[in-house]
Amino acid sequence: MRETNGSKAFRVIVVSLLTVFTVVPIYVMTTSAMKPLSDVQGPFTWWPTSVTFAPFIDMWKTVPLASYFVNSVIVAGAATILSLVIAVFAAYAISRYRFRGRSVFSTTILSTQMFPGVLFLLPLFLIFVNVNSAVGIQLVGTRAGLVVTYLTFSLPFAIWMLAGYFDGIPRDLDEAAKVDGNGPMGALWRVVLPAARPGLVAVAIYSFMTSWGEVLFASVMTTDANRTLAVGLQLYSTQTNVYWNQIMAASLVVSIPVVVGFLLLQRNFVAGLTAGAVK
Amino acid sequence: MAVATAPTITTEAPPASPPKRRRPRPSGWWLPYALLAPAIVFELVIHVIPMVTGIWMSFLKLTKAFISNWGNAPVTGLKNYQVALDFNGAVGSALLQSFLVTCAFTVLVVGISWTLGMAAAVALQGKFFGRGFFRTLFLVPYALPMYAGIIAWKFMLQKDTGAINHFVYDNLGVGGEKPFWLIGNNSFAAVVVVAIWRLWPFAFLMLMAGLQSIPTDVYEASAVDGAKPFRQWRSITLPMVRPVNMVLLLVMFLWTFNDFNTPFVLFGNAQPPAGDLISFHIYNASFLTWNFGSGAAMSVMLLLFLLLVSGIYLIVLNRRSQRA
Repeated sequence: MRETNGSKAFRVIVVSLLTVFTVVPIYVMTTSAMKPLSDVQGPFTWWPTSVTFAPFIDMWKTVPLASYFVNSVIVAGAATILSLVIAVFAAYAISRYRFRGRSVFSTTILSTQMFPGVLFLLPLFLIFVNVNSAVGIQLVGTRAGLVVTYLTFSLPFAIWMLAGYFDGIPRDLDEAAKVDGNGPMGALWRVVLPAARPGLVAVAIYSFMTSWGEVLFASVMTTDANRTLAVGLQLYSTQTNVYWNQIMAASLVVSIPVVVGFLLLQRNFVAGLTAGAVK
Repeated sequence: MAVATAPTITTEAPPASPPKRRRPRPSGWWLPYALLAPAIVFELVIHVIPMVTGIWMSFLKLTKAFISNWGNAPVTGLKNYQVALDFNGAVGSALLQSFLVTCAFTVLVVGISWTLGMAAAVALQGKFFGRGFFRTLFLVPYALPMYAGIIAWKFMLQKDTGAINHFVYDNLGVGGEKPFWLIGNNSFAAVVVVAIWRLWPFAFLMLMAGLQSIPTDVYEASAVDGAKPFRQWRSITLPMVRPVNMVLLLVMFLWTFNDFNTPFVLFGNAQPPAGDLISFHIYNASFLTWNFGSGAAMSVMLLLFLLLVSGIYLIVLNRRSQRA
């Protein structure tokens, strides 16, 4: 494409403004994580008076951050794996078979995407509380209970995305696999899944990211035993001091795994998202 | 199930026109149902049952005393809805205020995020040095865990120790008293900016993917015909990304209207009326007073509103694309 001066100026302005907008909070987070406590309690400074890495050490002691970290890994990981496994079979059925109830099922899946989280939060909480008083299975305050609530958003998304992705894989490949003596499951396992790898990666990233950052369910369904990072990070501010430097350090550390993972796999993510969304 | 002999002989399900007589079922007819079974079970547990329960709850007087034994909660019929919709009462007027704030919030956040995403996608459409770097950089706010970015903003928006007031009043030297950003009317601006910061990269991501599918020779041809960049954008880019836009705008509308994280992390237990988004409002109405019946009624009305708007949106779009 040929470039005019106007479009070059447009690019420079847009990119500069958006870079500042994007970077400032990240910059503040990073530099504040390296400030002594007195710095973050006084007037703001753009650079620490003395650079210290103490917040990165103290943050593990002020609140039990390590246990929140473990809880987040387990809950987000379990929700991701569970929704991926269930979704692979469901998406294969929707994409490759025509059967009664197919459109009812896929419409239900799609429409749950638009439902507000609070709509499920109240009944699920009530159901969990009453299951506990009826049969004695504790769900509020357990990781298993939290995983179930996370499926409310990750499962329908996974089914929808994967069905779209499977649709993009030519059926001839399935047929070829069947000619080679594979059953439908063999075709799924040997042909469709390998071809759908970018889609699987995209769905896995998305559901891990959303579960890792989920706040609504976590704020109600967690107690000390299963508290995740999303809620745990806010506890630095309920102490008598607000340890802003430690909050920033902790935010930075808990962000790194997902940000790095996302940026490494973003091409897969984009490819999977567009293939699934734009049928 | 006895009909099925061996799954290996299974053919694909009947093509577009299914046979009239359904009696002799094709072998393996049960396979799609077997594949769907786990998903159906989970869908029942996580969506269908809670949904039905939620609707039922909205007709109950489900206050604190009844939460752990819901069987005893008295049925009140439409009472919860009447209280929520009585805009002269305290509950109803607060709900209406929250609804209006959310509408304004959604229009601003979706509109500005889309504009920024489109501007960035167009700016990064041509090749230039550092393009890959900026593309990755712009995605960082979206990749950050939601609460981490919002917490950074919360720190920046503090009155005495925050970066925003420091920049405006100390660096730029604007005179006057430093304002509160997370209390009072300023909290609306705060929640809007933070939500845009988090959402625009998603619009950018989707629009960028949409722009990639436009062949460059279309632009070259139109440039030969003397089309200026803005004209090209209006006549080529915009129509070509229309399928992406249709999905993108709906998704952004739903996410933004239901946004809970931004106000929750930003304001915590304080609820400034100017930043009292609807999900946050319902959450607080339910868990601070433990009046679940009332909260359920409000959620059901929220859902009806979202269904209505999405439905109209899709119908209008379908009409238009049929005419086109």
